[in-house]
Amino acid sequence: MAGWFIDLLEITLRSLTVSVSAVAIASALGIPLGTWLAVTRFRARRLTVAVLNAFMGLPPVVVGLVIYLLLSRSGPFGVLDLLFTTWAMILAQVVIVLPLVASLTHQVVRDLWAEYRDLLLSLGATRRQRMGILIWDSRRSLLTAMLAGFGRAVGEVGAILIVGGNIDHLTRVLTTAITLEVSKGNLAFAVALGAVLIAISLVVSVALHFLTRADRSRPW
Amino acid sequence: MVAPLVTIEGAVVARGAAQMLGPVDLTADAVGVTVLMGPNGAGKTTLLKLLHGLERPRAGRVLWHDVAPSEQAFVFQRPILLRRSVRENLALPLRLRGDRNPLDAIDAIAGELGLTPMLDNHAPRLSGGEAQKLALARALIARPRVLFLDEPTANLDAPTIAAMEEIFRSKAQGGMRLFLATHSVGQARRLADTVVWVDHGTVTGPIPAAEFFATPPAAAECFLEMLG
Repeated sequence: MAGWFIDLLEITLRSLTVSVSAVAIASALGIPLGTWLAVTRFRARRLTVAVLNAFMGLPPVVVGLVIYLLLSRSGPFGVLDLLFTTWAMILAQVVIVLPLVASLTHQVVRDLWAEYRDLLLSLGATRRQRMGILIWDSRRSLLTAMLAGFGRAVGEVGAILIVGGNIDHLTRVLTTAITLEVSKGNLAFAVALGAVLIAISLVVSVALHFLTRADRSRPW
Repeated sequence: MVAPLVTIEGAVVARGAAQMLGPVDLTADAVGVTVLMGPNGAGKTTLLKLLHGLERPRAGRVLWHDVAPSEQAFVFQRPILLRRSVRENLALPLRLRGDRNPLDAIDAIAGELGLTPMLDNHAPRLSGGEAQKLALARALIARPRVLFLDEPTANLDAPTIAAMEEIFRSKAQGGMRLFLATHSVGQARRLADTVVWVDHGTVTGPIPAAEFFATPPAAAECFLEMLG
């Protein structure tokens, strides 16, 4: 019983570590990218946004396959020896989550930019200042975008199965463990893992709800 | 002859195929209040934005003589307020210029415009009059030399309009150059030193206010008669 519980705890922690890291990295890149796309006019902007939106629907299995090929021994980044590590899993999830965060950010910030544009241009705000103000003033919606990213990351199985390999005590996470336990016919443990996965999503979602609600009542 | 402050030379503003304004030729002196009058959709806002640099002319040019964009401020017809506190909205123009903690300036301007009791309120929740006052205070906080006002008293009640006009008057007397677009003939009569008539994208003036109201241009005559 104790071993069962320790396994569950270890797998859960790894799931959280991988997904939280991936969302943090994807947000650090995707939020500035989406904001930049919203406030900058350049020739290929519409095309870039269209590509970004299309990438939101990337099949995770294909992402996994491409990263597998890149990181495999004969691939261009094989020398880094990252395949079947949590780093490879984080990388795969960043690729899956980044377009989602960037695209949602673009939509949110574009609307706020339409509202603030004349004021910020009138005050002579630099592009960096504009981006900072827009990101700060849409932070609640951006938190929701990050939550959507986390939901996609933590529930994802195809890509991390391919690049992580579902190795016990090394790269096994909740979703890949569920797949394995079901294939072994160990349904009770699979259901327990599934319950933990749902609980994580619920806790994060509810925490964020209260966080943003508390925010809104503050007089600023 | 007073030195010109700004000159517009053959400027045309267009969106796509539609021409919004122009060609405009206009010279404004360095002092006083210029009121832009004309019917709805005539191009008053476009002319203000052209002067301030928010509209780029497709042809022609706008030449400011010795006034930097940072010495100008604009109060929009619908106040654009950050989704932050009144205090943070007031701090914005100074923060953008590198003043990290402009407390004294905020207290001074809030006191002048009666915003002190609501400094910590969330700006988007202000009433129409309060929001417009905040927009004006934010425009004034960096002590601009030129102030653009786009129908700043539309939809406000009479006492608030009177208070706002008093502020405009005192700023103009203090040497600030005002360009004000308005529908109100009464307001124009009370405030204008010169009048620019804008109609269907064409611009006439500036005409000295006394002359404008005594012998208005043909198109303006009808407008003035209707609005008294």
